[in-house]
Amino acid sequence: MDRKRCTLKLLVQPSRGLVDEMFIILVQKAPSGFQLTVHALHKCEDGHSWEAFGHYTADTIGTVNVSEDPSLGGTYSGVEQMGLLWSLRPVPGSKPGLRLRKMNVQIPMEVTISVYQGHQTEGFMDQVPLASVVVERWYMAPGVSRIPITEDGLTATLFLPPGPGPFPGLLDLWGGGGQLVEYRASLLASHGIASLALDYLTAKIIMETGKMVDLQYFEKAYKILEQHPQVHGSSIGMLGLSLGTSITLKMAVYSEVMKLRCAVCISGCHMQPVDGSVEEILKYFNQNADRTRISEENELIWRDVLLPVPSDLAFKVDMGRLKCPLLVVVGEDDQNWPASESAMDMEEMMEQAGNSHLLTVLSYPKAGHLIEPPYTPHARASLFKSLATREKMIVLWGGETAAHSRAQEDAWRKLLVFLKENLYSGSNPGTTSLSHL
Amino acid sequence: MIVTLRLSTMSPPTSPILSVQPTRGLVDEKLKVVVESLPPGSPVTLHSLHHSEDEDYWEAFGHYVSDFRGMVSVSEDLSFGGTYTGKEDMGLLWSMRPVPGSRKGLRLRKMNVCSPMLHNISVYSGHVSEGFREQTPLTSVLVERWYMAPGVKRIDIMEKGVRGTLFIPPGPGPFPGLLDMWGGGGGLIEYRSALLASHGYVSLAMDYFNSQELESADLEFKYFETAFNIIKEHPQVIPDRVGMFGLSLGSLVTMHVAAESTIVKPRCCICVSGSHFYPRDRTIKEVIMEPRSNSHRLRIDENNHHVWRDMWIHLLDDPSKKVDVGKINCPILLVNGKDDQNVPADECAEDIALLMNAAGNGHLLSRVLYPDTGHLIEPPYSPHFRASNFKAAGVATKTVMLLWGGQTKPHSDAQEDAWRKILSFLQHNLYSSTPPRAKL
Repeated sequence: MDRKRCTLKLLVQPSRGLVDEMFIILVQKAPSGFQLTVHALHKCEDGHSWEAFGHYTADTIGTVNVSEDPSLGGTYSGVEQMGLLWSLRPVPGSKPGLRLRKMNVQIPMEVTISVYQGHQTEGFMDQVPLASVVVERWYMAPGVSRIPITEDGLTATLFLPPGPGPFPGLLDLWGGGGQLVEYRASLLASHGIASLALDYLTAKIIMETGKMVDLQYFEKAYKILEQHPQVHGSSIGMLGLSLGTSITLKMAVYSEVMKLRCAVCISGCHMQPVDGSVEEILKYFNQNADRTRISEENELIWRDVLLPVPSDLAFKVDMGRLKCPLLVVVGEDDQNWPASESAMDMEEMMEQAGNSHLLTVLSYPKAGHLIEPPYTPHARASLFKSLATREKMIVLWGGETAAHSRAQEDAWRKLLVFLKENLYSGSNPGTTSLSHL
Repeated sequence: MIVTLRLSTMSPPTSPILSVQPTRGLVDEKLKVVVESLPPGSPVTLHSLHHSEDEDYWEAFGHYVSDFRGMVSVSEDLSFGGTYTGKEDMGLLWSMRPVPGSRKGLRLRKMNVCSPMLHNISVYSGHVSEGFREQTPLTSVLVERWYMAPGVKRIDIMEKGVRGTLFIPPGPGPFPGLLDMWGGGGGLIEYRSALLASHGYVSLAMDYFNSQELESADLEFKYFETAFNIIKEHPQVIPDRVGMFGLSLGSLVTMHVAAESTIVKPRCCICVSGSHFYPRDRTIKEVIMEPRSNSHRLRIDENNHHVWRDMWIHLLDDPSKKVDVGKINCPILLVNGKDDQNVPADECAEDIALLMNAAGNGHLLSRVLYPDTGHLIEPPYSPHFRASNFKAAGVATKTVMLLWGGQTKPHSDAQEDAWRKILSFLQHNLYSSTPPRAKL
């Protein structure tokens, strides 16, 4: 194709969107039947490059619409509107075990979407594309305020939606990797929920004293939300992933201080010493470390460490005492935690206790452990720094990319509905039906 | 007896939910504003507030009533009052005006295009018409409106005496180019160029008043030719696809260069609200000062606004005072408002058509004339002002309140329609591979 006279047009709408918004990618005025590759390139904060691509054939009027036309090959295939984002993977030659996570949520992810001639699979960086545009993907909507919280010895960040409020509140907990991870909380604030991202493993107070936090640490975080003038004190929920679910369930069932309106547990379990805080939970997990398996690719599989589900009630949260709606999200290929087995046991406990109407379980075949906000790339395994050994090793999370990405999209949608219905509505907690989901 | 304990003593929030899409968009993109979870049949006010770079506050508002589902959709429902009425999906932007108590004669223009315009869109209970700042809205969101798409590059140009800003679309190119010129207020106004680059055109916004050395008409003419060539010779520009775009005085310069230059051959021209009164051997300063020699034709209306349109009309009868439009040999689009109080755009367009038809190049001319539309035909959804403070650049005059003309609603409709036609004209003449044609 004559580059000088190339009139191919590439349009991506919206050019600036939230991370969980869909976009439309349109190629127009290509020659009829033209073979082309639509390519996405992202350079992350760590300096690594990620790419995804799909092979398309223009129709008789020279158009390719990624939301309607099938990709014939590449990092994704079939009709996949958001494939160029969820199938992003490190470019060839990258170091192994990478995971894409945004740490600075105040600036967007920039993705360059380009069109290349022909059906290509490599060497994109050595070629000049026919056209390219830049797309911004934001974890924070305009007007969301980011407020670092350091009082009461907490290491946390509060995200407030724009507007007068008052807003429902949410405590947001990540897992065993620690750090203060803000992106899910900022995204939830972009949906109208005042969200507090809390570091409870590598917080400043832990680094200084050398001791793990106790349960009061979480209650203090709850109080910060409850007493905030723009937060509706009786509409506070809690969301945890992985180790964060252990804390969430413990607080939801046993805390006298925290009156949670609802809770969400992603890829977690209810097995833990009922008495005891973070330190005891971690010790409990480590006692069966010898049950760790290694995959053929030398990745660590941890799911057996917490199995079998104990019958001893001193080692699992008494789910029968739960009084608020609970959404449990499980990946059936989770190689890190036995989330499926735990979900089944929780359901059984609640059925026996008569409060199973509070429980909703979303179980996704071929989804792994890291069920994140949608359209972010799937990491089947990645480098993980264990707090116990302080070593970095490659851990198997599980999941098959396309199915895992579909699970992320569906789970996020349902999570938002669950939170909105339970934190906003005027009905009594526990009566919200999710049967329409 | 069973006592049921409620878990909470206060009911959870039931505030309405306001959603505005997109929250970050280009200034020429439409907004979808929807309010849900209102009580059915309740009166609400949708309000938009903008704090300008000059520190003034601008606002717009519409009065709505929620339907049986408790919903208001600005693109579907009627506003019953406020700064706009009827079914107006973009009324919250184009009907903005300075809040009560503001300075007079304000004009809203974005000077820093690297940051967005911020609008606070809020929902108030009831039909409110004033005192918005003293009340708390039910809910509000912040919306960003950008003149620059992501990936557009902004480059300061200071080359061969030409001062301006070049905007380059993302991607390898090569792209068609545009020389973008504003009017007699001078300065370096970048927003239209940034927006044009966001649509795929390498665009040079030019400041043509600052050079002290432009004392002769010849030097001045060369300045425009040089600027045109800077674009044409840029490695990412297709050399035979460079056009010119001007408003008001810029429009005049565009016609002048298109007609008289032997060096520069624009592929097409867009002239918004321009006249054709520009003799070959005069400088811009002389052109601006020309009507002042007829200051008895200056009218000052009942609001103390200066009306300039009549100061030019006598020039229509003097061929030596007009651009020789018969020599233009590229497609040219004239966009004018019938209520232009600054320049007799209507009469000029008629005269241009007559002259071009007589010369045999009338097939190159397209014209659009909008009723009740004034002089400042800007990119869509920007607020309309019938008059504003104006100080002519480069000449020793004082600031006056100039009457531009136009009625807000028709003028805003014209801006939206004109922009669509302009983009279509540019797409056809600068992007399409078929030979250029004048007709839209």
